[in-house]
Amino acid sequence: MERLDKKLGTLSALPILIVLTLSFLAPLIVVAAFSIMPQKVFSLWNIPDFSAYATVVTQGYWKSLAWALGMALASTAVLFVVCWPLAFAMAKVFGRFTLILTIAVVVSLFVSENIRLFGWILTLMKGGLIGGHLKAWFGIDMDGALYNVPVIVFGLVYVYFPFMLFPLAQGISMVPDDARQAAADLGASKWRILWEIDLPLAAPGIVVGSLLSFVLAAGALAESKLLGGQTVIVMADEVETAFTYGQDWPLGSALSMVLIVIIGSMAIFGVSKVDLDAIMGRKR
Amino acid sequence: MEPSRSTKFVLYAYGILAILILYLPLVSVGFASVSKARYLTFPIKNYATRWYGKALESSTVADILTTSISIAAIVTVVSMIVGFFGALAFARYQWRFRSLFQKFILIPIFFPQTVLGLALLMWFNAIGIIPTWKTAVVAHLVWISPIATLVIAIRAYSFDPALEEAARDMGATTWQILKEVTIPLLLPGIVSAGLFSFLLSWGNFPLSLFTTGADSTLPEWLYAKMVSGYTPLVPTLGMLSVFASAVILLVALLVPQVIRLARTARRVDQESTN
Repeated sequence: MERLDKKLGTLSALPILIVLTLSFLAPLIVVAAFSIMPQKVFSLWNIPDFSAYATVVTQGYWKSLAWALGMALASTAVLFVVCWPLAFAMAKVFGRFTLILTIAVVVSLFVSENIRLFGWILTLMKGGLIGGHLKAWFGIDMDGALYNVPVIVFGLVYVYFPFMLFPLAQGISMVPDDARQAAADLGASKWRILWEIDLPLAAPGIVVGSLLSFVLAAGALAESKLLGGQTVIVMADEVETAFTYGQDWPLGSALSMVLIVIIGSMAIFGVSKVDLDAIMGRKR
Repeated sequence: MEPSRSTKFVLYAYGILAILILYLPLVSVGFASVSKARYLTFPIKNYATRWYGKALESSTVADILTTSISIAAIVTVVSMIVGFFGALAFARYQWRFRSLFQKFILIPIFFPQTVLGLALLMWFNAIGIIPTWKTAVVAHLVWISPIATLVIAIRAYSFDPALEEAARDMGATTWQILKEVTIPLLLPGIVSAGLFSFLLSWGNFPLSLFTTGADSTLPEWLYAKMVSGYTPLVPTLGMLSVFASAVILLVALLVPQVIRLARTARRVDQESTN
């Protein structure tokens, strides 16, 4: 039986491994190869140099990287605070309502990110859903709330909300009620229970949720472009510009490599910390 | 340690508020799509549905929809097949590299999709393939096939290996076991994975952006018009895309119910004739 399991396991892993080799590994290798080509070439048959990386360092691209990482950090922090009470309620308080909330959140994911962000433009712009009605009903004149850094962070928080909420709820549901009850019986305050029971025991969920939202927000493009206008330029935007307007594939690749290395190492770290069998419910 | 009534009330109110905020932008798009004016301001004074008529008549729109549907359909079929076997390797069989495999499958989900799209564009260029909507299928699979695998794996975890072993003891071949035991048991997971795949592919923008070549999907077209050259067709097509997803979702949720009802009705019928 065991030998058969081994054979069947390898066999059934093959199809997706082939798909991911062709669509994930191979493209990443091509990016890495292009990043050490001389600038402005479109083929891989050149003598490698590191001029593209030199440009990345000397041309002030660190600013875009700092904006991308800074806004990702800010949105992750906001998401954690916003999602914690809701995730707690989903795991411990809501009964049927947890299912309704879960369905509502998952269904919203099926609507294209573009359309939802466009909806926020219509909601927040001058004369938009909020501004227009405030003026018509109460005579309050409001400038649009668009095109600044806070609204980009808001957009990131909005789009990546499910990626924090669900891992957190999963993490909190693993905190045993007995432990919380015992701490309360021994006279621990609410804050002390949160600090010494809930947070440490829900740590796997917190780590996965925070990493996932940080990593996705760090590579995001549409939020800063649509909601932020040209206020700040993030790393993913620089990558796109280098490829499209700049027609400089090696530079674009070198910029991508910076993002790929940062995000890839965080993703690998996060994934290696998680026991997937335990989270996804193996009965043993 | 039951929370007090007032705490509960606040938490429920918070949950409802979260749902409302989640869907608020769609309310704006919905209103904008039925505004008569060419230049949009709220509150909307004149309502009209003529933009929907225009959208449905336009041949560009028909092309875009065909492209989006073709990509989503192929992605769905491939993801269901690949995800089914992937899920067995993920959750069911005990093999040597299982833990490594599980981790590898998750990595692409974390990656920035725009960067992946560009990487794919360079890869296609390097092996001499000109991007069309068919290359976008490959691009969508990077992200969607791992998700399909996870969705089916959740189902595969709750599956009792003894059922397969029993079939084998009674002399069934591996192929027969797959057809008679494994697939029927995992079917609900496979169907939801298919649903996820279709809807995620239908709505995906960052992976399509660089990989469709001269073709354009619906989210791509919307983005291009949002960034330059707003037309009232943007909210209209946005809403049509949302309606399409909603219809697919409803059909997918209702069909099993109808089948179940029909089955019970038939059983009741048979019992009464007996």
